[in-house]
Amino acid sequence: MNPRGFDPKAVAGKYPAPDRHVQVLVIGAGPAGIAAALAAALAGEQVLLIDENPVAAGLMGLDTPLYYGGRYTGAVQAKARMVEQVVGAKPDLEAAIEAGVEVELGVYAWGTWVPGETLAALPGPVAGLADDEKSWMVGFERLILATGARDVVFAFPGWDRPGVMGARGLAALIDTYDAFAGRRLAILGSGDLALATALHALEKGLEVAALIEIEETAQGSADLIAQVVRAGVPILTHTVPVCANGGLNGVERLTVRDLVRGAEQTFDCDTVVQAVAVTPVIELLDVLGAARAMQPALGGHAPVSPDGVATSLPAVTLAGDVAGIAAHPRDSVAYQQAWMRALIAAADGDVVVCQCEEVTRDALLAVRQPTYLGPPSPGMVRRPLAGLLEDGPVNQDQIKRLTRACMGVCQARRCREQVALTLACASNQAAADIPLAGYRAPVRPLPLSVLAAWDEARDMAGNWDVWFGIPGQWVPYADVGTDRQALHEGIFGGDMHL
Amino acid sequence: MSGSTKMGAGVIVIGAGVTGLSAAWWLARSGVDVLVLDKGVIGYEASSRNGGGASHYQSPLFHEEQRLWPLMDEMLGYSTEYRRERVVFATNAHHLENYRRTAVICRDLGYQVDDLDSQQVREFVSLAGDNVTGGIHLRFGGQANPQRTVQAYAWALQDLGGRILQHCPATKILSAGGRIAGVETPKGIFACDHLVVAAGPQAEALLAPVGVRLPLASARAEMIVTEPAPLMPVGGSDGNGLYGRQTLRGNLAYGGGPHEWLNVGPAGPAARPSTPLLRNLAKRVAELLPKAAHLRAIRSWAGVVENTPDGRPVIDRLDDPGNLTVATLSSVGFGLSPASGHAIRDLVIDGRCSFAEIDKLSIKRFAGLADDWREANGWVSTTDDQARRMMAA
Repeated sequence: MNPRGFDPKAVAGKYPAPDRHVQVLVIGAGPAGIAAALAAALAGEQVLLIDENPVAAGLMGLDTPLYYGGRYTGAVQAKARMVEQVVGAKPDLEAAIEAGVEVELGVYAWGTWVPGETLAALPGPVAGLADDEKSWMVGFERLILATGARDVVFAFPGWDRPGVMGARGLAALIDTYDAFAGRRLAILGSGDLALATALHALEKGLEVAALIEIEETAQGSADLIAQVVRAGVPILTHTVPVCANGGLNGVERLTVRDLVRGAEQTFDCDTVVQAVAVTPVIELLDVLGAARAMQPALGGHAPVSPDGVATSLPAVTLAGDVAGIAAHPRDSVAYQQAWMRALIAAADGDVVVCQCEEVTRDALLAVRQPTYLGPPSPGMVRRPLAGLLEDGPVNQDQIKRLTRACMGVCQARRCREQVALTLACASNQAAADIPLAGYRAPVRPLPLSVLAAWDEARDMAGNWDVWFGIPGQWVPYADVGTDRQALHEGIFGGDMHL
Repeated sequence: MSGSTKMGAGVIVIGAGVTGLSAAWWLARSGVDVLVLDKGVIGYEASSRNGGGASHYQSPLFHEEQRLWPLMDEMLGYSTEYRRERVVFATNAHHLENYRRTAVICRDLGYQVDDLDSQQVREFVSLAGDNVTGGIHLRFGGQANPQRTVQAYAWALQDLGGRILQHCPATKILSAGGRIAGVETPKGIFACDHLVVAAGPQAEALLAPVGVRLPLASARAEMIVTEPAPLMPVGGSDGNGLYGRQTLRGNLAYGGGPHEWLNVGPAGPAARPSTPLLRNLAKRVAELLPKAAHLRAIRSWAGVVENTPDGRPVIDRLDDPGNLTVATLSSVGFGLSPASGHAIRDLVIDGRCSFAEIDKLSIKRFAGLADDWREANGWVSTTDDQARRMMAA
């Protein structure tokens, strides 16, 4: 018999103690994460600072966590050497280590949780970490999220070729990995992000063929524009990318169209850098259930924070770009939507929007079922996006389920924002009004064998049930209320599989 | 929605989950003017967050479930991704013995179940490994895609003229003269001749003010999803304490294991977080299907589902008020939905279920239930501390 008031099949009391416990866990060893870790260590706290770089080459191929676009050298395959490279690229790390910060590189954070109203059974705040072989849990008293920002990218013909990448992906390959495989760039955008990307590339000895801007004027701050112009890099305004062409090695040329005259020009480049916008990496924040909101001036969906540090959860604070990126143009999301609108107008609808699930823009807007389900029924054909809109506001999760856009192995890093932008354009709404398609753990696509709790605790294993473990639930109806009911309950308990 | 602003209907269904939508669709098939109200988006809760299985031998609706699933794509006019048959297989002797007993129960009900040896299991479930001890092959049942199916019900309902109002929570059931008169919502009052409450975890709080006690406790259950693998001959394969399926896209979706009881308010579950339990699910999937251990897990889900005190459904048209029908499938609703909707339709229109005897699903069985039944079972939100103290006691 169970003690009164105790359900042995419930999870309460079964979460194992974390593999280790630290006072302060800092996720992300960019400048802000390192500074936060250093400050905590100097204040006498025990600090663990983790960073996923160097990321396994397999994840880089999935554009996780940044949009690398396949434009990296073979050096990224040599993980041990890459660790040295990453350490060398982060000179501030040394001071942090000297101050007592424990640093682990090549470690992914795939989930973080704190006990709360809907997670009362969790013994304490905990983070799920992993390397390429195994996963483990770390308990913490304070969590500092310094997860940075990632690229918002757009589909246009040829965007799935190697060499089309994001601005943050480029920065990581140049600065952190020293493994960028391109020479000559075309850069999409003319805001602060694009201008800074151009200047940084020039400083590193790369060529910049042009900046491409759909708006009438360059969008960034005046001093950055002046610097780029001084460097002799053309900023082609009122111009839209039409197609990235190339061969086996990826992009070789970019064709653009003048939006006023309609004239097209093509220039040689091996890399197209999408530098229209970046957005805060709020994956872990969302898994935590911390408050977030669409904040166009901060790059999109961003943590709700009064000061850029605090979150709605007392144990969790922010450091750096995860709190939001304020830059020119000020309304990043309106700017993103303008780009999306221009790209939609410039290309046919057969451009693939979701690379993993091969969903085209036409299929997305027609809410077309995936091809493996065969030809759609006549009813299905009558159910495009416009029909769903009559039933209520656009819901990206609903569109995902039906079209499978954003359901792939890159976990929608390549398409989450642009699918929302496309839906906004098609439904004549502001992109800021489209609800976020939420993030789910694991926020890195890691193998089952890595995530697995191979050392499952005895309480967990002993009480594991396929469903609720309610003995009467599976008694055949005819036997309910008869002598045979107890027989079934005795044999099976609740552990049934049908 | 669907352009209608009419503030009432012959039948109102509260809850656009899979049970409410199926019931509304069945009613619309019979020409009833039906309106479904939902606090959010159709099928957004546990109805689209489940294993998709359709093999519920324990239910009085079992035969109808089996009869209907192979017909559903055509009846609805939309794909449900239904795939027939299941393999349940074991990696230890105890489980195998249980499965073989289940096979006997199903055969006694008139359904074909084949016993499989380990080699045969691997032929049907190509990702299974050398650890298989044997299994059973259900030549019936199967699984469908819950997300596609809830949408199919909704569209099929609309095709028949039925209406769905999303983002329109029922805040109060209105009664007058001993009968249900309508439903109060933030968008106004909707009058009806008959009310169906299929509101999942929220049903208890909605019904209490009109004097109907539907005892429910709600809990979170979790699943994980992998990247796609090549399609296996049989899509539904369970074992090792897991239920799950391979989608037609190839992803593996598996759930099982301990639940967390939640205190759900009238507004519904506050959040549906998946938890570190996903590590245990990952381990068990990798054990069940060793050749899938390298697959990347790309998502997890959690759904909040309600259970009655005995874990069995309530499908009941009440005596008083006589124009009220109440339904909860007690955490096992998706697969049975084609049949549960049919049963609800029969109760609303004819006063009795035409295809099965369902008297034991009456709400009356809970008449003498103690007020503290949830606390007595431990079916309440429990902290780790509380649980460990109770285990030690």
